[in-house]
Amino acid sequence: MATLNPQVKAVEYAVRGPIVTKAGDIERGLQQGMKQSFTEVIKANIGDAHAMGQQPITFLRQVVALCCFPELLESPAFPDDAKQRAQRILQDCGGQSLGSYSASQGVECIRRDVADYITRRDQGVPSDWNSIYLTTGASDGIMSILKLIVSGRGTSRTGVMIPIPQYPLYSAAISELEAVHINYYLDEDDCWALDIEELQRAYLTAKQQCQPRVLCIINPGNPTGQVQSKKCIEEVLHFAYVENLFVMADEVYQDNVYSPDCQFHSFKKVLYEMGPEYFNNVELASFHSTSKGYTGECGFRGGYMEVLNMDPQVEAQLVKLLSVRLCPPVPGQAAMDVIVNPPKVHEPSYAQFIKEKSAVLDVLAHKAMLTERILNSVPGIKCNPVQGAMYAFPEIFIPPRAIQEAQSLSVAPDMLYCLRLLEETGICVVPGSGFGQREGTFHFRMTILPSPEKLELLLRQLKEFHLRFLEENIVPSAQIVLNPSRQWPSPQSSD
Amino acid sequence: MSQHAASGSASRVKVLNLDNMNPNVRKVEYAVRGAIVQRALQIEKELKEGVKKPFAEVIKANIGDAHAMGQKPITFLRQVLALCTYPDLLEDNKFPEDAKQRARRILDACGGRSIGAYSTSQGIECIRQDVARYIEKRDGGIPSNADNIYLSTGASDAIVTMLKLLVCGEGRDRTGVMISIPQYPLYSAALADLAAVQIKYYLDEDKCWSLDIAELKRAVDAARQHCNPRVICIINPGNPTGQVQSRQCIEDVIRFAKEEHLFLMADEVYQDNVYAEGCKFHSFKRVLFEMGPEYSATVEMASFHSTSKCYMGECGFRGGYMEVINMDPEVKAQLTKIVSVRLCPPVPGQALLDMVVNPPQPDEPSYNMFMKERTAVLADLAEKAGLTEQIFNTVPGITCNPVQGAMYTFPRIALPQKAIDKAKEEGHVPDMFYCMKLLEEEGICLIPGSGFGQREGTFHFRMTILPPIEKLKIVLQKISDFHIRFTQEFS
Repeated sequence: MATLNPQVKAVEYAVRGPIVTKAGDIERGLQQGMKQSFTEVIKANIGDAHAMGQQPITFLRQVVALCCFPELLESPAFPDDAKQRAQRILQDCGGQSLGSYSASQGVECIRRDVADYITRRDQGVPSDWNSIYLTTGASDGIMSILKLIVSGRGTSRTGVMIPIPQYPLYSAAISELEAVHINYYLDEDDCWALDIEELQRAYLTAKQQCQPRVLCIINPGNPTGQVQSKKCIEEVLHFAYVENLFVMADEVYQDNVYSPDCQFHSFKKVLYEMGPEYFNNVELASFHSTSKGYTGECGFRGGYMEVLNMDPQVEAQLVKLLSVRLCPPVPGQAAMDVIVNPPKVHEPSYAQFIKEKSAVLDVLAHKAMLTERILNSVPGIKCNPVQGAMYAFPEIFIPPRAIQEAQSLSVAPDMLYCLRLLEETGICVVPGSGFGQREGTFHFRMTILPSPEKLELLLRQLKEFHLRFLEENIVPSAQIVLNPSRQWPSPQSSD
Repeated sequence: MSQHAASGSASRVKVLNLDNMNPNVRKVEYAVRGAIVQRALQIEKELKEGVKKPFAEVIKANIGDAHAMGQKPITFLRQVLALCTYPDLLEDNKFPEDAKQRARRILDACGGRSIGAYSTSQGIECIRQDVARYIEKRDGGIPSNADNIYLSTGASDAIVTMLKLLVCGEGRDRTGVMISIPQYPLYSAALADLAAVQIKYYLDEDKCWSLDIAELKRAVDAARQHCNPRVICIINPGNPTGQVQSRQCIEDVIRFAKEEHLFLMADEVYQDNVYAEGCKFHSFKRVLFEMGPEYSATVEMASFHSTSKCYMGECGFRGGYMEVINMDPEVKAQLTKIVSVRLCPPVPGQALLDMVVNPPQPDEPSYNMFMKERTAVLADLAEKAGLTEQIFNTVPGITCNPVQGAMYTFPRIALPQKAIDKAKEEGHVPDMFYCMKLLEEEGICLIPGSGFGQREGTFHFRMTILPPIEKLKIVLQKISDFHIRFTQEFS
């Protein structure tokens, strides 16, 4: 360990951290016949829709299967629109095979399709396919950009602004690259909205110790699920313009918007609408993925990024950096192509495609509301609306006695909570400490991905667990009164 | 490549520019997709647009991409992939039962029975078990533990991960990594990225690119003055050189690694690509264990394999694995942690790898076709390896070592002094000047030896042996003719 890269040691990734390891152990124990008070472990820790029973989109899998095994182009079992797309992709592959390396930026026709998709999505704001990079999941693109940017020493070391709470890929990447973490807190009392004053505070404080150069934002948010308003995005972009920050917009949940009052606004479109001074200057990278949305194709490791206003010499360096890893997985590129180039209204697969897509998104919206409602019915749990993404990040009241116990065990209080939850119910969620939270507050992140029936069961068991947890730590649940200004009451009785 | 939109106010300096970007990234070079390839792509575009050239197509003999050069995928592998991707096909009687059985087994191991689910970060367990069994079978029964297997996004991914784990220290304590010269430039690129110290050891061109322990010792002793040597990387069969190391040599390297307390990284992605008579692939692991517990219990090692080479050529799937031996358990936990941040390697690539390590058996329906295809690919490569060496060695000024294995030839080229001078005038290294001229005149894209490293004053190029044999013959002829012309032009 003494000779291990210290930057590696500093890396943490809670989504697959110790609690998930423990869940795996328990699962194996169950398989081997060990008795528990539950029959299965419910892994509500990771945004993996298929693992929780969501079905793949038929059309997407047809196209990829055709690409994998082109003999199927002769099969009557496949619709013409799927065949046409497969042929188009294969035409642009070396030797017409998915097994060839593609260009490091990705297969050209797919990049063009991505650019067309973006242009359509943003109602005509032009997208240049030359600025599109296909990636091995969005994580790969995010890492590459951060790697490109991080430089300097001491007080000129690059600082990277990340939301708290955040998706821990960012903190892991920052640790690995030895960049400086600059935390800006989302406002839990305002549905996790971004507050410009808070951005400014974080920025000014950080400027003393480092050179802030990057601003990361996840919209819709992970773990928080908030969908930022257009106004908020404008303010962020203006801030980035004024303070000379490279903006990284993680938009992998752009298709996961549930709240009828919310709408996804792409950073690029908002920037465009702010006029040429902004649109031609703010340096922006936007990220998307095949893992979320309505397709949930995590295992394919598909994704793309669009870069805007990057210095051409730096962009050449980016291309060079990507070339060392040759190319992103071509099946994932094909999956991405289907997402940006789905069946059109007049095409044979359209009806089924729309049906499947709507079914997935409708059920997610339903589960988002269900989760929020049930969690908010639990004394000692407060859950902001799950406006988008795939998670709930409720605040939990942890009694002082439990906090003390956690401290004595050298674990974070919300980790203790989650471990107990896992041991008693088999439900695996990730403690809020893995994502970051205001000092003295506790949360957990759960996905809304289990089937509606399983989710209801999970939420019911969670509720029962929470009430037990409060009782055991000598806080009669009847005496918990939720206070909008979030002043948790102290227990009525003491030890 | 950049936005065509008009640039903004001139006074605004870019937030991210060449001067404030990561300086390590600036030092990274990767010749296999470098400047000459970019020019080749440009020429291709020009040809498409109807520009007249002395050739009708660009032949991209720069990269080890078999399918791009016309090699066909192995049917069985693609059948299983298709079945995993679209399980409705499990009802289709055009697919053989053994393919269906394997697909079902993989799907059973996937979350929600879908290859769209993330796998565990180390890779699907039953596939890792299959890999372990494959290694055991290959290595005459020496045990392999699935817990020591990490599936990866191509071998490159695992190689970079290991280097990342190993590199630490500052100044004179900075980790030094021994790499062969010539080497596959992933290594030099990764070391530049990590700001590790490169310790070059020269392969012996006069002895078929073999490894010389005295040279290893020279390199490591010299390196100890300015860094902390901790790793030795070896590629066997070699890239770009194609040599297949003898068993004795591998033993010597292992002994050296033990004596010098080095972590051994054995890149074995070409393990099925062995052509020369008298040559045999010996896995580092097998040799290690056959050297007895004094070595097998102590030497820390990682071996790498991939779906991109051998007879499969499935580069685009980004499949691969590494096996770690004698890794400190705490470090292994860190390794597992760091791979978890990227969630998992692509599941289609994992499925493909499973077929490589778990191919049809003699009693199975797909066996005959599988063996026929596999044998055809390898025989074809062997033929092309022999042909390439033979033809190049007929050209005065080209010396080509036997292509014992892998997929490349790395012949030495004699360049007239006038050419060297001209190159310098134009700001090019001489073998880049040579290769650029070849590209412009013949439309053949090779990579200059300078991209891989070579002894000072020598020049080489790397060419793949992958074009179909008839095309390869033409390419070899054209290069030969070009070389003679070039020599005359600059005499």
